[in-house]
Amino acid sequence: MTTVGNGGRHGPDGGGGPGSGAALTLTKKDFASDQEVRWCPGCGDYAILSTFQAFVPELGIPPEQMVFVTGIGCSGRFVYYMDTYGVHGIHGRAPAIATGVATARPDLSVWVVTGDGDALSIGGNHLIHALRRNVNVKILMFNNQIYGLTKGQYSPTSEEGKVTKSTPFGSLDHPFNPVALALGAEASFVARTVDVDRQHLTGVLRRAAAHEGVAFVEIYQNCNVFNDDAFLALTGKETKGLNQIRLEDGKPVTFGPDGARCVAVEFDGTLRIADTADTPEELVYVHDSGHPNPAPAFALANLSSGPTEPTALGVFRDVRRPVYGELMDRQIALATEKLGRGDLGKLLHSGDTWVVEDGGVPVGSFQS
Amino acid sequence: MPTKTVEQKERVVVRFAGDSGDGMQLTGDRFTNATAVLGNDLATLPDFPAEIRAPAGTLAGVSAFQIHFASQDIVTPGDAPNVLIAMNPAALQTNLRDLEPNGTLIVNEDAFVDRNLEKAGYSTNPLDDGSLGGYRVYRVPMTSITVRATEGMGLTKKEAERSKNMFALGLLSWMYSRPTDVTTKWVEKKFNRKPDILRANLAAFRAGYNFGETTELFAHTYEVKPAPALPGTYRNIAGSTALAWGLVAASVRSGLPIFYSSYPITPASELLHELSRHKNFAVRTLQAEDEIAAIGAALGASFAGQLGVTGTSGPGLDLKQETISLAVALELPLIVVDVQRAGPSTGMPTKTEAADLLAALYGRHGESPLPVVAASTPANCFDTALEAARIAVKYRTPVILLSDTFLGNSSEPWRLPDVDGLPEIDPHFATQVNHDDGFMPYLRDENLARPWAVPGTPGLRHRIGGLEKEDVTGNISYEAENHERMTKLRAAKVAKIADDIPLLEVDDETGDAELLVLGWGSTFGAIRGSVRRTRRSGRKVAHAHLTHLNPWPRNIEGVLRRYRRVLIPEMNTGQLAMLVRARFLLDAESYTKVQGQPILAADMDEQITRRLTS
Repeated sequence: MTTVGNGGRHGPDGGGGPGSGAALTLTKKDFASDQEVRWCPGCGDYAILSTFQAFVPELGIPPEQMVFVTGIGCSGRFVYYMDTYGVHGIHGRAPAIATGVATARPDLSVWVVTGDGDALSIGGNHLIHALRRNVNVKILMFNNQIYGLTKGQYSPTSEEGKVTKSTPFGSLDHPFNPVALALGAEASFVARTVDVDRQHLTGVLRRAAAHEGVAFVEIYQNCNVFNDDAFLALTGKETKGLNQIRLEDGKPVTFGPDGARCVAVEFDGTLRIADTADTPEELVYVHDSGHPNPAPAFALANLSSGPTEPTALGVFRDVRRPVYGELMDRQIALATEKLGRGDLGKLLHSGDTWVVEDGGVPVGSFQS
Repeated sequence: MPTKTVEQKERVVVRFAGDSGDGMQLTGDRFTNATAVLGNDLATLPDFPAEIRAPAGTLAGVSAFQIHFASQDIVTPGDAPNVLIAMNPAALQTNLRDLEPNGTLIVNEDAFVDRNLEKAGYSTNPLDDGSLGGYRVYRVPMTSITVRATEGMGLTKKEAERSKNMFALGLLSWMYSRPTDVTTKWVEKKFNRKPDILRANLAAFRAGYNFGETTELFAHTYEVKPAPALPGTYRNIAGSTALAWGLVAASVRSGLPIFYSSYPITPASELLHELSRHKNFAVRTLQAEDEIAAIGAALGASFAGQLGVTGTSGPGLDLKQETISLAVALELPLIVVDVQRAGPSTGMPTKTEAADLLAALYGRHGESPLPVVAASTPANCFDTALEAARIAVKYRTPVILLSDTFLGNSSEPWRLPDVDGLPEIDPHFATQVNHDDGFMPYLRDENLARPWAVPGTPGLRHRIGGLEKEDVTGNISYEAENHERMTKLRAAKVAKIADDIPLLEVDDETGDAELLVLGWGSTFGAIRGSVRRTRRSGRKVAHAHLTHLNPWPRNIEGVLRRYRRVLIPEMNTGQLAMLVRARFLLDAESYTKVQGQPILAADMDEQITRRLTS
C-alpha cells in the first residue's frame, strides 16, 4: 500500500483536476477488475499484469482518471482486467483511438497496451505517428515474436527462417527492431524490459509514467504455447547474467560476470560489445538517456540482432518535447485570446450579408 | 455616347469559363455577391479541374463557375447558360455545347491565337470560320484593354494581364446592372497591403464596366428585379461552409467541444479547412496520418466526452467502415461526413455523384445498423449537421451524414436562423451509478440508448470494446441468445429513431397528383424546380424528399401508396429505388444519371413529362 499526494501526475496546468490536493490511499485492489483473467496458463502476460497492478497505486492517480486502450491480440485483453476506464478497440488502431482520448483530455492518464503484430504490422502507421506527435500516451508493447491469438503465425518481430504454421519452410521476412523503430520515429521516451523481471519492469514503468509525452516500452513477453523460451538468453538463470546489458544513466555500460564485458565506442561513433579488459576506460560507453541526439540510443538498440545474444535493457531515451494535447489546448487558448470566445451569431453574420425587410424588398444595408 | 435600352429579364444563367489560372472562381464569387446584394434569388455551381495546375490553355485546365439568378424563387444553378464568357479557346471548346441556342457568347479575343487554338484542338479559329453562327458572339480584346488600362501602375505586362478577370467582371456587372460598390469595396479590402495590385484590379474592373457602357458593341443592358423573400438577414453560403458551421452550432448547442479529425481528401478537405479556423469555439482539429486514424481519434475523443466527427469522401468511407462498426458496438456518439464523389476507386475526385447510399447503410460486416441523413441544399447542410449531432448524442450512435461534391461547392442565399431558436442538444452524461450491483454501461434508457459515462467520473469506471457484450453489464459474452438479443437491441434502437423525426412532407399543391417524385440529397433543387414548372404546364406531379435515409419517416409507405406512379431520380444506378422496391414491393421507377454532373431540372422535366403524357 502506498499513500501519496499528487506526485507523478502531469495535468495540462501542472497537475490540476480531480484527485489533486487530497492524499489518496490506493492499493492493487483498486485497479483490479472483477473479470476472470483468461490468458493461457504460464503466459508472460500474467506477470506483466500483476507487476503493473502492484506498481500503479504509487502514481497516486485515481483509477477513474486512467484510460486503457488496447488493440487485438492476447495483449488486448489487458484492458478488461484493469478497473479503470477502457476501450478495447480494433486491430492496430489503439494508438489512433488513444490519440483522440489524450488530445481531447490532457488531464487523463492514457495507456495503450499492444503486441508486436498489433503495433508493428497492422497498426505500424498509427504507432509511428503517435510517437512523432508526442501524444501523452504510454505505450506498452508486449513482444512475444509470434501471433498467439490466431494460433501461431510468424510476426513482424519473428527471426528470419522462423518455422510457423504460415511458414513451414521458414520465414523470409527480416524482423523489425522495435526500439530502433521507435527511435527512428523520434519517440521522446523509449525503453525495453522483460516480463519476468519484476524489479526491472517496475523501474521502467515508473520512468515511463513520469515522462511527459509519449513513452514506448517494449516488454519481452514469453508465449509458452507458440514460441516458448524465445527470450531464454535474457531470462534463464544461467544465461541472463551473460546477456543482459543493463542501461543506467551516468554509468559506464558493462555486463557479464564481474563486468567482464562492455559496450565500447568505435572511432566511427558506432558501439560494439568488447572485453572490458581490452578497452581503455575512456572508450567504454557511458549511458545518457537524455542525450539530445538519438544516435547513441540507436547504436545501443543495434548492439544485438535479437534477444538470443547480449541485448540492452532499460531506458534508451528520455527527452523533453512539447506534448501534443497541451499544444492543442494552448492553440485554442491563443485563438480565443486573439479572436474572442466563439459567438455563433457573430459567425453566421460574418462577411457579406444583406437584409430583407417586411414586404420582401431588399434594402441596401449590405454589410461586408 | 450611344443610348442603351434596358431590357427586363426574369432569370439569367451566366457561366464564366477560363483557364484555371484565370481566376474564374473568384470572378464568379464576386458576381454572386453583387447579385445577392441586389436581392435576386440565386444558386451557383463551380466546376473546376482535378489537376491543381494543368498546363495553361489546355482542355484539362478549364475552370468554370455558373450562376443562376432570378426575380423569383429558384432552386438550381440552372441548366443551359444564357451567357457564356470564354476567356480562351479551351474554355470555349469545353463549354460551348451547354450554351442555349442563340445564347450570348462573350470571348476574350486576345486569347484566340494559334498556340491556344491548337491546344484546344481547333484547326481553324472558330471566331472566323463561321462555326459560331448559332450564337450572338461578342469579341472583346480583354487582355489588351486591361494592359492598357493599367499602364503606368508599375506592373509588368504579365502582372497586368492577370487582372483581365476583373475586366470580365466589370463588363458583366454593367450588362446586368449589378452594383459596383460591393466589388470595389471588396478589392480595396483584399489588396489593401498591395497598392499596385489594388489599383490595377480597380482599373481593370472599371475598364470592363466602361467598355460595356461606351462601345457600340452592346445595344442593351439587362435588369433582373429582386426576388420576393421572407424578411430577415441573408448571406450567400456554400454547402461545405454550411456543414462546418452546422457542426460548430452543434457544439454550441450541446456544450460538447467538436473534435474533428480527418485526412486530406477532395472534396471533404474543405470541412477541415473551415473548422480549423474556428479554434476559438474550442474546436479541436487533427489532420490524421490516414483515414483510419482520423476516425479512430474521433471515436477516442467521443469516449473521452467530446463530439467526435470525421469527414471524408468515397475511398475514405471504405477505410473507415471497420471503425464505424466498432462505434456501432461501443454505442458512442460519432458523426461521419461523407462528401460523395464519383467512384469506384479514385473515380473522378472533383465530380459529383451520390452512389454511397448503400455503402453508408450496409457497408459493414455483420449486422451493424446506424442512422443515415442526407443534406438537400447548400444551406440545408447546416440543419442536417445539427440533426446528425442531435441523433448521435441522444441515441449514442455513429451517424453517417451524406453530402456530395455538388452540394459542397455550390451556394445559395441563406436566411440566417436565430441562434437561440436552434435545437438544444443535451449530452446527458451519466453521473450516478444506475444499478444496485454497480454501474451498468449497457443498461438502456427509454430510447434504448446506453449511458455515456466519461473518464474522470468517479464510480462509473467501465471497459467497453468490439467484442460482443453481455446485455446490461457490457461484459464480454459469447452466449448465443445474448448475441441475438444484442443484435436486435442495436437494430431496435436505430429503428425507434423514426418516432423522433418529422414525417415525410409532400409538395402536392392540389392533392391530386398522379406522379410522385421521391428524391434524396442534392437532387432537391432540380426536382423541386422541375415539379413546379411542369405543374404550371398542367402536369399532375408531386415531390417528396428524404432527409432521413435510415430510419425512414413513419409515413413513407402511406405517402408512396397514395400515388399511381413513383419516380426516384438518383445520381447512382438506382440505390434508393432498389430499397423502396424491396421494402414495400412497390413498383417505383428509377431515373439515374452518373455523369459526374448534377441532375438538371431539364432532365427532370423530360422524365416527368414523358411519364404524364404517355
